[in-house]
Amino acid sequence: MTDKLLSIRGLKIYFHTFAGVIKAVDGVDFSVDEGEILGVVGESGCGKSVVGFSIMGLTEPPGRIETGEIRFNGVNLPDLDERRMRKIRGKEIAMVFQDPMTSLNPLYTIQDQMEEVMKLHGDMTAEQRKNRCIELLTEVGISQPQTRLKNYPHQFSGGMRQRVIVAIALASNPKLVIADEPTTALDVTIQSQILKLMKRLVKEHRTAMILITHDLAVVSEMTDKIMVMYCGRIVEKGTRDDIINRCRHPYTIGLLGSIPKLASRQNRLFQIPGMVPNIMNLPPGCSFAPRCDYAKDRCRTVHPELADIEPGHETACYYPVER
Amino acid sequence: MKKTGAIWASEFVHNFRGNISAMIGSVIILFFIFIVAFGPSLVRQNPYDIASLQLIDAYKPPVWLPDGDPNYILGTDGQGRDVLASIVYGTRISLFIGLTAMICSSLIGSALGLIAGYYGGRLDGVIMRIADVQLSFPSILIALFLMSAFGKGIDNILISLTCVGWVIYARTVRGSTLSEKQKEYVQAAKAAGLPNRLIIVRHILPNVLTPLIVVGTIQIGTFILIEASLSFLGVGVPITKPSLGLLVKNGFDVLLSGLWWTSVFPGAFIMLLVFGINLLGDFLRDELNPRLK
Amino acid sequence: MISYLVKRVFQMVVVLWVVSIIVFTMMSFTGDPTYMMVPLDATEDEIANARMLLGLDKPYIVQYGIFLKNIIRGDFGRSFVFRQPALGLIMERMPATVEMVLAAMTLSLLLAIPLGVFAGAYPQKKTSRGIMAGSLLGISLPNFWVGMMLIFVLAVRFNILPSSGRGDTVRMMGVNLSIITADGFQHIILPAVTLCFATLAMLLRITRAGMMEVMKQDFIKFARAKGATFRSVLFKHALKNVLIPVVTIFGLQLGDLIGFATITEYIFAWPGMGKLLIDSIYMGDRPVIVVYLMFVAFLFVIINFAVDVIYTLIDPRIKLR
Repeated sequence: MTDKLLSIRGLKIYFHTFAGVIKAVDGVDFSVDEGEILGVVGESGCGKSVVGFSIMGLTEPPGRIETGEIRFNGVNLPDLDERRMRKIRGKEIAMVFQDPMTSLNPLYTIQDQMEEVMKLHGDMTAEQRKNRCIELLTEVGISQPQTRLKNYPHQFSGGMRQRVIVAIALASNPKLVIADEPTTALDVTIQSQILKLMKRLVKEHRTAMILITHDLAVVSEMTDKIMVMYCGRIVEKGTRDDIINRCRHPYTIGLLGSIPKLASRQNRLFQIPGMVPNIMNLPPGCSFAPRCDYAKDRCRTVHPELADIEPGHETACYYPVER
Repeated sequence: MKKTGAIWASEFVHNFRGNISAMIGSVIILFFIFIVAFGPSLVRQNPYDIASLQLIDAYKPPVWLPDGDPNYILGTDGQGRDVLASIVYGTRISLFIGLTAMICSSLIGSALGLIAGYYGGRLDGVIMRIADVQLSFPSILIALFLMSAFGKGIDNILISLTCVGWVIYARTVRGSTLSEKQKEYVQAAKAAGLPNRLIIVRHILPNVLTPLIVVGTIQIGTFILIEASLSFLGVGVPITKPSLGLLVKNGFDVLLSGLWWTSVFPGAFIMLLVFGINLLGDFLRDELNPRLK
Repeated sequence: MISYLVKRVFQMVVVLWVVSIIVFTMMSFTGDPTYMMVPLDATEDEIANARMLLGLDKPYIVQYGIFLKNIIRGDFGRSFVFRQPALGLIMERMPATVEMVLAAMTLSLLLAIPLGVFAGAYPQKKTSRGIMAGSLLGISLPNFWVGMMLIFVLAVRFNILPSSGRGDTVRMMGVNLSIITADGFQHIILPAVTLCFATLAMLLRITRAGMMEVMKQDFIKFARAKGATFRSVLFKHALKNVLIPVVTIFGLQLGDLIGFATITEYIFAWPGMGKLLIDSIYMGDRPVIVVYLMFVAFLFVIINFAVDVIYTLIDPRIKLR
């Protein structure tokens, strides 16, 4: 039994709304090793954020974990009561949210909000906490940390706020950081800065990271492993190399093809035809079949399970595209 | 996920049925509508017909107390008037005033709000300034002041309440108008050459209705309370047309002697009526407010 | 900062000026006060003479000008009923009103905020629903009726508390306070409780609504992701954010409080400005009515200003501008 840091088996998260049951996550298995960076890619609504929140135990009603295991260091997290889960949040597992403008409480100073994590998970004196804050701010590249500690969030730019949030996430040296679309709300130039910063820090501290994003370009730079989600299920997963260079699922190929390439000449941007189906009205069989160029009858009747194409590289497709 | 109209409507009904407060509120309001419509024919006495009063029956307590008289279930007042009958007639007046004042102030306030929001500029500035200044003063004092200047009377009350109540409509409608004005369909209508008033009435108004319904419902209750307070102080309805508030005032004079039923029951009815209205208004606000969903 | 103060003061003066015009104009509708100033058997000539002495034969604009000039000097004329300077009468009674209003305010705040926070944090619980239903009842109650009920039950039937009037006072810092004496405290309970109902209910609802909105914000989730306890999330993160709308509403409610205080004073025969106003309305004592309104207007502009200042203390994003 390999000791993976995080191991997810058969996770199903359903939302019971008035209009019907939304199967946001419908049977997901994956794992993350220590120090590994896993990219979770997919369009809006494919369930990737829901997975992230469920690891933290922050699934909001009417969402509910129907079945499945979320094993962190061997412990099944959904079994834990709130008190013990709280000890894990912020300390063992930390989270970085999408929108830095709204993630920080506008009425408290940066110092206050950084120290909160330290107060919750350790016994440091006020002096020690302040020094740690300065240390963290320097690490994330904020200049003049002593003065900036006393500032309020609205006095920072978006990119700097996200750096602060990264600093807060790393404050207690967590084993795992979940980053949910950390750069989507930022300017393009700032995006790559933040991503580089995050990659450097997690590698330095041997922290594992789950990077959730819709942007394959982001994932192609940062990650060790990639998993692609569509309509609540994983359609392809493998190492970065596997996915970027040898992807086989038609959806993944479509996603890769949709990335505008500045360097080469393109006549027009490739677009996956069709639209994401209504999550409450999923077609029988493979969810992607209606949009797939290669779909055959079998695809439309029974949903394909993940199967190995090469060692470590799986895809959920009956007719993976030949390379 | 966008809700279709059908899903929205059935969710509304479902929430309504499941929401005890809304049901209770509706029951209460139906009860009062019943009183207003059929009350006078059901109570035997018309309290304003002096000929039908028997002074000898003055100050009879409610029927369940000793000395009570089954002819006068809730007791009588100092002139032999049946408290229940007075309440029935008084409710009609209170409700009439509340409803009419709400309609007047909503019409005037919305019109001003639409104009301010749509045309903007100086007009907008002036109207909103007045609104702001007025909002910082308590409505009850403004109404009290106006009534003391105008004198008693139902039409004066209606005028005073309208002067007090227009502001919230103006603000709400102006806000909605401003946001609707930016939308494309309005630009398109303008580009097509549609005259301003048609744009306002046909396009902007329907989108503004939802918050108005909520505000209007609750305002009926507010107005009933203000009128009751004014009448209690003696600057509201004339003695010839006693609203529930005036009934309470008449009862106040004898309260300390222990004759409580002449003031407690009318006041309880005021509370019940306003409570029912607020229950419904609350439910409407929660249902029609997209932000909380 | 100075420019802001200057601007605000200027605005306040403008508002007060407009109010003075409105008050003066409306009061002119209330009929000819000359008849109040002369004995019942005065002749036509004597009446005309009195009118001239009072300056009531001059055109409105001139009368208003005189009026304005006088009030700037602090002269609001003499009460028709008491024959004393109107301003003095109001000032004499102000401490009583302020005492009652402050007592009611404190009571509302102490009860509304904890209840509202609870109801907003756990909106689905039965207790919360009960609290909300109660608050709805609270804003449906006719303020005068509640007072009457309290008097009847507690004063008449059970004789626990006095039914009217203000208790013994003690002079502190130049004003007479009654709440610190035992007798005074007994007298103030019923009026304060009566008065606090509506404000309590309103504040409770606003706090709850504010909590529900704030709890949906990202920074709340982020705080939870840090491992914060639910209580600290409520009282540290959420509550401060909720205070912003609460302070706004409270400022407005203060106005209603003072308005309803007039009724409460009337019911409990509490010797404050409100009772004086009601009596003056009955007796057509114009100068007193005018003073009361101007004074209340003055209070409100001050309150609005104070609310704006408090905002800046709570929310660092807002600057005085």
